Amino acid sequence: MPFIPHTESDVEQMLGAIDAPSIEALFDEIPAELRCGRLDRVPEGMTEMEITRLMHERADADGRPLNFIGAGAYEHHVPAAVWEIVSRGEFYSAYTPYQAEASQGTLQVIYEFQTMMCGLTGLDVSNASLYDGATALAEALLMAVRANRKSKSRRILMPRSVAPVYRQVVETICSTQGLQLVELAYDPATGTTPEAALAEHAGGDITAVVIPHPNFFGCFEAVDQLTDWAHANGALAVALVNPVALALTRAPGEWGAQGVDICCGEGQPLGSPLSSGGPYFGFMTCKQALVRQLPGRIVGRTLDLDGKPGFALTLQAREQHIRRGKATSNICTNQGLLVTAATIHMSILGPAGLQQVARASMANTRKLVDALVELPGVEPVFSGTRFHEAVLRFDQPVRPLIDALGGRGIVGGYALEPVYPELKHCLLVCATETKTDADIDTYVQTLAALMRPASAA
Amino acid sequence: MSDIPQDLKFAESHEWVREEGGGLVTVGISDHAQEALGDLVYVEVPDVGAAVTVGDACAVVESVKAASDVYSPVDGEVVAVNEALADAPELINSEPYGEGWIMQVRLADANALDDLLDAEGYANAIADE
Amino acid sequence: MTEPLIFEHSRPGRTAAAQFPAGDIDAAVPAELARTSGLGLPEVSELQAVRHFTRLSQRNFSIDTHFYPLGSCTMKYNPRACNRLAMLPEFLSRHPLAPVSASQGFLACMFDLQEILKEVTGMKGVSLTPMAGAQGEFAGVAMIRAYHEARGDTERTEILVPDAAHGTNPATATMCGYVAREIPTDANGDVDVEALKAALGPKTAGIMLTNPSTLGVFERKISEISKLVHQAGGLLYYDGANLNAILGKVRPGDMGFDVIHMNLHKTFSTPHGGGGPGSGAVGVSERLLPFMPIPVVGKAADDSYRWLDEDDLPQSIGRLSGFMGNAGVLLRAYVYARMLGRDGMHRVAEFAALNANYLMARLREAGFDPAFPDRRASHEFIITLKRQNKSVGVTATDVAKRLLDHGFHAPTVYFPLLVPECLLIEPTETESKEALDGFIDAMIAIAEEAEADIEQLRGAPYTMPVRRLDDVRAARQLDVRYQPEAAA
Ligand SMILES: Cc1ncc(COP(=O)(O)O)c(C=O)c1O
Repeated sequence: MPFIPHTESDVEQMLGAIDAPSIEALFDEIPAELRCGRLDRVPEGMTEMEITRLMHERADADGRPLNFIGAGAYEHHVPAAVWEIVSRGEFYSAYTPYQAEASQGTLQVIYEFQTMMCGLTGLDVSNASLYDGATALAEALLMAVRANRKSKSRRILMPRSVAPVYRQVVETICSTQGLQLVELAYDPATGTTPEAALAEHAGGDITAVVIPHPNFFGCFEAVDQLTDWAHANGALAVALVNPVALALTRAPGEWGAQGVDICCGEGQPLGSPLSSGGPYFGFMTCKQALVRQLPGRIVGRTLDLDGKPGFALTLQAREQHIRRGKATSNICTNQGLLVTAATIHMSILGPAGLQQVARASMANTRKLVDALVELPGVEPVFSGTRFHEAVLRFDQPVRPLIDALGGRGIVGGYALEPVYPELKHCLLVCATETKTDADIDTYVQTLAALMRPASAA
Repeated sequence: MSDIPQDLKFAESHEWVREEGGGLVTVGISDHAQEALGDLVYVEVPDVGAAVTVGDACAVVESVKAASDVYSPVDGEVVAVNEALADAPELINSEPYGEGWIMQVRLADANALDDLLDAEGYANAIADE
Repeated sequence: MTEPLIFEHSRPGRTAAAQFPAGDIDAAVPAELARTSGLGLPEVSELQAVRHFTRLSQRNFSIDTHFYPLGSCTMKYNPRACNRLAMLPEFLSRHPLAPVSASQGFLACMFDLQEILKEVTGMKGVSLTPMAGAQGEFAGVAMIRAYHEARGDTERTEILVPDAAHGTNPATATMCGYVAREIPTDANGDVDVEALKAALGPKTAGIMLTNPSTLGVFERKISEISKLVHQAGGLLYYDGANLNAILGKVRPGDMGFDVIHMNLHKTFSTPHGGGGPGSGAVGVSERLLPFMPIPVVGKAADDSYRWLDEDDLPQSIGRLSGFMGNAGVLLRAYVYARMLGRDGMHRVAEFAALNANYLMARLREAGFDPAFPDRRASHEFIITLKRQNKSVGVTATDVAKRLLDHGFHAPTVYFPLLVPECLLIEPTETESKEALDGFIDAMIAIAEEAEADIEQLRGAPYTMPVRRLDDVRAARQLDVRYQPEAAA
C-alpha cells in the first residue's frame, strides 16, 4: 500500500487493542446514509515510475521558453546551493516552529531573514512573511487602517501605476472591511504619479498612500515627494517595492523627511523560481511604533533557562490562535520555505552580488529597449527613469505577436492594453541578468520577422 | 481573599474602581485577574478624552499566551491613563491596586458605582469560579 | 553548541563571486535615488553559507527525522517524488503569464487536480488559487457574502463559529466584515444544537464547521445542523483541515456543506516547510459556482485547457493572489493524488483512524484520560492532563517538552482552548506500529517521572540545542533583528 507501513499482523494486533472488529467499525459514528461510494472519477493509482513518466511528458510539452516578461515575476539566477539546502527534510518537512526548542534552525533562519529585510528596507521590524506581494499590499493597507487612528475615512490613495492585479487583490480582500481605493492618475509622458494628481486630495482625510518602487511600468516614482505629501496630509506612507531594486536605490525608511511607515512587496526575486506564479512570499517591514499592528509571525531572540540565547515566536497575542476574532489578520500558514530560500539566496549573493544582479538586469533591459526601438513601428512610451522593465508601443496589436513568439519558444512580454485601455498596442518587456546578448538578439530578430507582414499590410 | 482592598468597588469582569472625589475614579484590574493572566507583556490603554461605557472594552492586557479585554466598569470620559504601563506592563502583576492602575475616568453619573460589587461581594464572586 | 548568526561569519569584501555577473556594469540610478546606506546583507563565502544553513537545518525536528504527532496538522510523510517532479526545470521556469499555448502540460495537471478534488469532496466546482487554509476560509466566507448580496439579502451580519474552532475561523469572519458569534460545544464534543437554534436567525450569514471537529470527534448531528442552518437562510462552511479523517468515507458535499477549503499541505501531503507554503483550494456547491475566486482552469471548445477569468465568472469574488496561487504546491499535491489513486484515497482515512484509535486505546490503558472517553477517535484525539495537573501539578507543556527529549515531536498543546491541559494527538496513516509503540512508552515514562520527580520534568527539555525559552522576556525586551551596534 503506497506510504502505509502496516502489515496484516499489525492491523490484527491494533484492532485487538482497540477492541474493534474491523477498520470499518472505526467509522461507525458516521451516519450510514452519509457514507460515500467508490470515488469513481479518481483514476487508479500509479507507481513512482509511471507518474515520473507522465510528469516528464507534461513538462516537456511546455518546454523551456526564453522569458522576456516580468510583470511581477522575475527570472533570476538562483545559486544551486539554495534549493539543495532548502530541500533538506529538516527544513522542508518541519511544521511551524511552535515548539521552539525543537525548531531553532527554522527560527534562527527567520530571525536572520527579518534582519536582512530590515536592512534592505531601512525599517525596524519585519514579519516572517505573508502569502505573496499582492496579499502583502492588502495586509499593509488593513494595517494602515488600524495604525492610523487619526484617520476615520479608510480612504487609500492608490496610483494607477500599481500593478493592476495587485489593485484587484486589494479590492477583493479589503472591500469587505470598507476600504475605499482612490485612483491616482499617472503622467502619460513620464509614466509616474505627478504631484498634481495628489493636489485635489490635500487636506482631505486620507488613511494611507501607496508608493510603488518601481511601478508596474518599471519606472521610479518621486518617492520622497510622495512620502512627504502623505505625512503632511496625515496619511501613512506605504511603500510597495521590488527588493532587488533596493540594492541600488535609497531604502524606504529613508524616503522623504521621515521615511515610510510600512514597506511591503513580492519576495519572489530573492530565490523563488518562477514556478507558474507560486509559491512566492510577501514581505512586510515597518517602524517600531507600529509593531503591534503587524500581521503574521515574528521571531524574537531571548534567553533559555540557563541564560543561553535562543529564538522563539513572539508577540503572538496579535495572531489568530490567541486573539481569534480580534487578530491583526487570519494568516496562519505562511510561506516559510520560500523565506528560507530567500535568506540563503541573500547570504550567498551578499550586498555585492545583489547589486550586480540589479545592475545587470537594468543594463540588459536597456540593451533590449535600445535594440527594439530600432525596429520600424516600435517606440518607447515613458520617459521616467527605469529599473528593469519598459513599456514599448507598437504600430500593430501586440497580442498576435505574443502568441506567435510563444510558438517560437519566446515569452515576449505582457500586453498592457487589456488592463490599460489607454496604452493601445503597448507591451511591457523585461530582460534580467539571465539574458545574454545572444538571447536579446534572438528575441529582436524573431520579433522583427513576425512584424514585417503586419507592417506591410 | 483577605487582601482585597476594602475601599474598592469591583465589576464581575474583574475590574476595580476607586473613588477619588470630585466625580473622578481610578480603574484597574484585580489581583485575581492578573494572577490568572500571568506575566503581562503589553497593555493597550485608551486615548485620553475617549468616552467609555459600562461593559464595553476599553483596554487590552496581554500576556504571552492570552490577550484579554478590560471592560469599563463605569460610564464617563477618560481623563488620564497610566503612561508607565507602556514600558512596564509588569506593574499590573506586582501592584494591581497601586502603580498598576490603568485609567482615570470622570464619571458621567455620580451614582454609577451603585451597581458594582463591594470587596466582600467580589470575594464571593471569585470563590465561585 | 550555538551556531553564530550568518552576520557574525561576515567579513567586509568577502563574496561568493561565482554566483553573480562580474565586471563593471554600466547601470546607475540618478543621484537623488541612489542608495546611501549599506544593504545589511552578510558577506560570506558560498561554503560558509552552505555550512551555516546546513547546521541550522540540523537544529530542527521534522517529519523526515522524527515522529511528529501534531494534532490538526497532519504531519504525514511527504513523498520525495512529489518534490522531485514538481521541480522539473520546465515547471520551475514557467512564467505565470506564459501563453496558454505553451502551458498545456501544466494546465492539464491543474485541471486534473480540480477534478480529483471535486470527486473526493462531492463539490461541484474547485478553485485552486487560495494559498493556505486561512485564505481558503477567506474565499469561502467572501463567497457566502457575495451569494447573500447577489440576492439582495444584506441584513445578515453574523457568522457562527463553534467555541472549539481554530482561531482562523473567527479571524476570517472578521476579515470578511462579519461578527463571529460563538456556539458552545456539548459534553460529548458535538455542537450544542439547542444553543445553535437559539443563535440562528435573520442575522445568520452562515456557520463554519470542522468535521471531524478540532476535538477529534465526528459531528454526528451534521445533517440536522445543516437543515437548521439552511432553514434560517444561512450557508455552511467546511473547514477541511481534518479531511484526512474522512477521505473516501464521507464527503463534505454529501453532508450538506455549501463551500469548503482543503489544506492540501495536510491531506494531500505537501510539505509544511517550517511554516509554509500551503494551499487552501476551495470547493463549492452548485449555488456558489458563479462566485469562485479566479483564475480557474477550464476547457476550450477544442478541448485544450485555458484559464477562466473575470469574463467567464463575472460574479467572482475576485483575485486572491498575484497570479494563480501556490502552483508548485499544487503540482506536489497532484503527484501525490495520482500515486494514491482511488483505492489509496480510501486507505488514508482507514489507516489514519486505525493509528489514532490504537494510540488512544493504548494511552487510556496506560492511565491517560481521553477528553471524550465515550467517543471514537477520528484521525486524532485529545488526552487531557487535568487530573494529573491537580494531583502532581504537571502541565501539557511539561509533557510536550519532555517528549522532545525522548525523540518525539510534541502533540498540539496550544489548541483547542476548550480542553484544559490538552494534548491533541494526530499520528497519521504513514506511521508504523513500532513508531506508535515508542511514543506510548515515552508517554508512560513521562507519567512515571511526573509522579517521581516533577521538578525534573518542569526543567525539560534537556537534550535540545536550547533549554526552555523565556517567552516573557522575548515579548518585553523585543529583539527581532540583529543590531551589532546594540550588542557591542
Ligand atoms: C482546524 C484548522 N483550521 C484552519 C487552519 C488554517 O490553515 P492554514 O494554516 O493553512 O491557513 C488550520 C491549520 O493550522 C487548522 O488546523
